[in-house]
Amino acid sequence: MFRRISEKIIESCIRLSGLLVIIFVFLIFLFLLKDSLSLFGQYAVGEFLFGRNWLPISEPPKFGIIPLLLGSIYVTVGAIVICVPFGVAAAMFIAEVAPHYLKHILKSLVEILASIPSVVLGFIGIVWLGPFLRNALNLNTGMCGLTGSLLLAFMALPTIITISEDALVSVPRTYKEAAFGLGATHWQTLWRIILPSASSGIIAAVMLGIGRVIGETMVVMMVTGNAPVIPKSILEPLRTLTATIAGEMGETVGGSEHYFALFAVGLVLFIITFMINFVADVCMRRSKK
Amino acid sequence: MVVKIPPNMNTGLKIALTPLVMFLVVGCSEQVDPNEPVGFIQIKGSDTIVNAAQKVAEEFMKDYPHIFVAITGGGSGVGIASLINKTCDVATASREMKAKEIELANKRDVYPKEFVVAYDGVAVIVNNDNPINKLTIEDLHNIYTGKVTNWKALGGKDLPIVTLSREVSSGTHMYFKEEVVQLGQKNNTEEFSTGTLLLTSSQTIVEEVVNNESAIGYLGMGYVSDRTKPLMIGKKDEFFPPDVENVLKKTYPLSRPLYFYTNGEPKGATKLFIDFTLSPKGQLQFQETGFVPIGVVIVQEN
Repeated sequence: MFRRISEKIIESCIRLSGLLVIIFVFLIFLFLLKDSLSLFGQYAVGEFLFGRNWLPISEPPKFGIIPLLLGSIYVTVGAIVICVPFGVAAAMFIAEVAPHYLKHILKSLVEILASIPSVVLGFIGIVWLGPFLRNALNLNTGMCGLTGSLLLAFMALPTIITISEDALVSVPRTYKEAAFGLGATHWQTLWRIILPSASSGIIAAVMLGIGRVIGETMVVMMVTGNAPVIPKSILEPLRTLTATIAGEMGETVGGSEHYFALFAVGLVLFIITFMINFVADVCMRRSKK
Repeated sequence: MVVKIPPNMNTGLKIALTPLVMFLVVGCSEQVDPNEPVGFIQIKGSDTIVNAAQKVAEEFMKDYPHIFVAITGGGSGVGIASLINKTCDVATASREMKAKEIELANKRDVYPKEFVVAYDGVAVIVNNDNPINKLTIEDLHNIYTGKVTNWKALGGKDLPIVTLSREVSSGTHMYFKEEVVQLGQKNNTEEFSTGTLLLTSSQTIVEEVVNNESAIGYLGMGYVSDRTKPLMIGKKDEFFPPDVENVLKKTYPLSRPLYFYTNGEPKGATKLFIDFTLSPKGQLQFQETGFVPIGVVIVQEN
């Protein structure tokens, strides 16, 4: 009797925790939506979404998020292009090639990589990577999109390696044995059989990596120069959505147009990460089947 | 004892810490004279003033050991916003409050009272290897609006100009925008060129100028060191360096007052702090951190 009651209690506690997560996400979304809608009472939606100038403290202010959106996209695409080949290759090495002892060392090193605080990376970017890139590529300034992309690539690597490795390992052994049986080499098996079989898991890893990169704030705020310009290339200073919210939130007075505009930027960011996670989730589920 | 609270620390935590800190401070001494002033002052605002305010607070707490002063930076806009949001006792600012801000404050039952606490020159700095030594306001205007993009046009090396600015929350950003980008004209709506880098602190500007020969930046006089070169600035043909003498005589064109704001007439511990700031002892701290004291310059002789 007592057992049944305690089981019931535990069960409802777990159910409550599950429901709470859904409620929290929903409430955050409502909160962002409510404050963003207050902006659109005073400022046209079209000008917000397609405006080419972000001048929040001018008279009258302009809240066009195109430069910020492009800034975020440039940095993210740059980071993904840099880290996906490295990440997937590292995952392939850990999952299939590395000897047993090395596997363990590498796995724990990847975990350490994940635990480096982003401020530390930002600091390295300011004092070392930025000046280095400026001299190496003969740029005007080292505070540019590429510096941010490189550091973000570094931050996304652990996510991509861990999840891709999981996907590679969970490819059924029989596939591998069948390939060997037909006379395929180790490399042919890895490249033609295992990698394609794990592809949806790897896509999920990449999507989660993108989610990690696009939401990162501290590093990009410290090293990308934050110029609200429509960037012509990744070698120029740019300003991301996240850095804008972090850099400007402190000075806005609750209830002002600028304050609501930052919430609207937050909403845009939320929608982007939500969609990315959704795609990642779909891929993940497909890979499980 | 001064504790610097990081600007992004959340308000709830701060509120939770306040009684704890007060308890610690008060609890240190066995017997507190009942006439001794006890309290807690939260100061927020300008990054330009933060170091000077810090020194003033240290001296203040030597005189009043039972009043605890916490100082955070973030920019003048941050200070003014938190005065309006009632999350600080004193807001420090390197610019005047705008009419719109005062209106907003009044709506929330906050009536800002202004104190001029010191004067400051906005120094324009370049890399030590840059041959340029002086510029007119007009030159600066052309540089920061993107009309001039190469140092060669101003008689320097053939290098592109990288313009550095503070974030929009900075009072120095506002001041520079009004006086240089818009040339002090009310109906001028020119903006910083969009390629201008907006950096999060004065120190980051110093680092970039030290590292980058093409860079030009501006900041409060207190941040000038021999790692960078401050330019002489002039309106037409006469040029002046940013130093105490020229700011005091107002011959340096980019001079401005620094402000403290309180909500209404200051009371209790806050009043003691404002009085202390304006006293010779408080003013000396401003002078020592590279600013110009109000009134007579106090010279400490050993």
